[in-house]
Amino acid sequence: MTDKLDKSGAGAPPADQPPVAKDSAFSGPPEAIKAIPVRHYGRWVSAVVVLALLALLVQAFANGDIRWQAVSDKLFDSTVVAGAGRTLLISLLSMVLGVVLGVVLAVMRLSKNPVTSSVAWLYIWFFRGTPVYVQLLMWFNLALIFPVLNLGPIYKDEMTDVMTPFMCALLGLGLNEAAYMAEICRAGLLAVDEGQTEAAHALGMSHGKTLRRIVIPQAMRVIVPPTGNEFINMLKTSSLVYAVTYNELLRSTSVIGSQSYAVMEMLFVASIWYLVMTSVFSVFQYYLERYYARGSSRSLPPTVFQKIKMNLSAKGSPRGAV
Amino acid sequence: MTAMVKAEGVHKSFGAVEVLKGIDLEVQSGEVFCLIGPSGSGKSTFLRCINHLEKINAGRLYVDGELVGYRQKGDKLYELKDSEVALKRRDIGMVFQRFNLFPHMTAVDNVIEAPVQVKGANRAQAKERAMQLLDRVGLADKAGNYPSQLSGGQQQRVAIARALAMDPKLMLFDEPTSALDPELVGDVLDVMRDLAESGMTMVVVTHEMGFAREVGDSLVFMDGGVVVESGNPRDVLTDPQHERTKAFLSKVL
Repeated sequence: MTDKLDKSGAGAPPADQPPVAKDSAFSGPPEAIKAIPVRHYGRWVSAVVVLALLALLVQAFANGDIRWQAVSDKLFDSTVVAGAGRTLLISLLSMVLGVVLGVVLAVMRLSKNPVTSSVAWLYIWFFRGTPVYVQLLMWFNLALIFPVLNLGPIYKDEMTDVMTPFMCALLGLGLNEAAYMAEICRAGLLAVDEGQTEAAHALGMSHGKTLRRIVIPQAMRVIVPPTGNEFINMLKTSSLVYAVTYNELLRSTSVIGSQSYAVMEMLFVASIWYLVMTSVFSVFQYYLERYYARGSSRSLPPTVFQKIKMNLSAKGSPRGAV
Repeated sequence: MTAMVKAEGVHKSFGAVEVLKGIDLEVQSGEVFCLIGPSGSGKSTFLRCINHLEKINAGRLYVDGELVGYRQKGDKLYELKDSEVALKRRDIGMVFQRFNLFPHMTAVDNVIEAPVQVKGANRAQAKERAMQLLDRVGLADKAGNYPSQLSGGQQQRVAIARALAMDPKLMLFDEPTSALDPELVGDVLDVMRDLAESGMTMVVVTHEMGFAREVGDSLVFMDGGVVVESGNPRDVLTDPQHERTKAFLSKVL
């Protein structure tokens, strides 16, 4: 049957089109195209404009009244290093609190029980709907409305003794983060195909086992990368706990700044530390995302080192070959 | 001999839409029972009712003489607990149109997951048995592959092995070849034919009329949530009695 089709299809054209022309087109390798490339004048103009603006900026900083000596002197000052350590500590602890509470809230939100799911909804609504700065100040001033913390027979103390700057910072940042983590976890759980749950149930697996063995491992791929992002954000957001007098990086540099009148210089110091911390964790984040991309994409993006290696080997090879 | 599956006036609605409007049928032990019909006729829904993935709204559905999803005491029905439903599902294997293999596990891990996690089987023994089952579906050499590294036909055969690992007394097939490239359909049907010859009770929702004719013991044509015609597949497919059946078969054959 295919023979017939081929014959009838090929039989028509030769009458007005010599078959020789077709053959000659495929003899030998095709000639490489040598064309005049399009000139991108706009690119040159924009590059010059941007470079000129950059030069002005550099000039302004060079002529500005900046005591660079103060920056380098105070960069590794023990107070500053301790402040950076506290920033890291409060960010980590708040994140842990946020993740744990966030998972609980996500499960509550997805539960079939209308009471637990509405309570979770209300929590997320409040903590995402108000600024974290306001929440921090509320924890700080809690003693104004509840002078004594009374947990019945378990615990009783003056609120001002309980709500130390550390506790205010931890609760303010952690509880706020929990609302965001809850939404991230919920999205992750919902991203797992319903067929997975059905297949597990059809095999006789319980709800708990299905969640633990089948759904959560697949949800992690969706949950982990944004969680790393949240942590990097948390490193920066933690500067707001300045307001509750917790001695983190910004506060410890500002104290030095106001004493030595090197206000801007100390803000530079703080910025350098923030940049170092966020950069280090961004590298972690890159590898984390790469790890969790396994299975979903067949070829992984190259790591930084692989990219460098590829570029080097490409430059090393003779040009003619490329 | 009691019927493996027995449906008496089974009704199922999704909201206001009534999908099953009173299904009566019996699947005998050891037979291959084919369900055919146009899409939306309710055949997949009925299949999902058999292992209680869907709750029925009226009527009675029995598997191996036991009520599905409920316990009857006197004239009162009690809903079964999730754990009791899960216990009954162990004996009913299901194969899905979209395979639904667990993508984060290798083929062999997919097969041993339920025996180990649900039955508490010994891991080494479960693995040995899983290898036998993968060999039976012709995929012993793919045991270490992840589902994304397998073709659709291979994934479906792993899914069949996964269901068989629980030693079910009844297998449900929900359009097992509908998501496959035509050239891969044959491999899956071969496995199902082999399974039928071994005496497994099978309820198969399918569009493969050739399979139904060759392997099927009984056939039901459903349309609009009711059973239109039933009987021996060779009779129904070659000499349909009902107008609706004739119209459907003239389009698919």
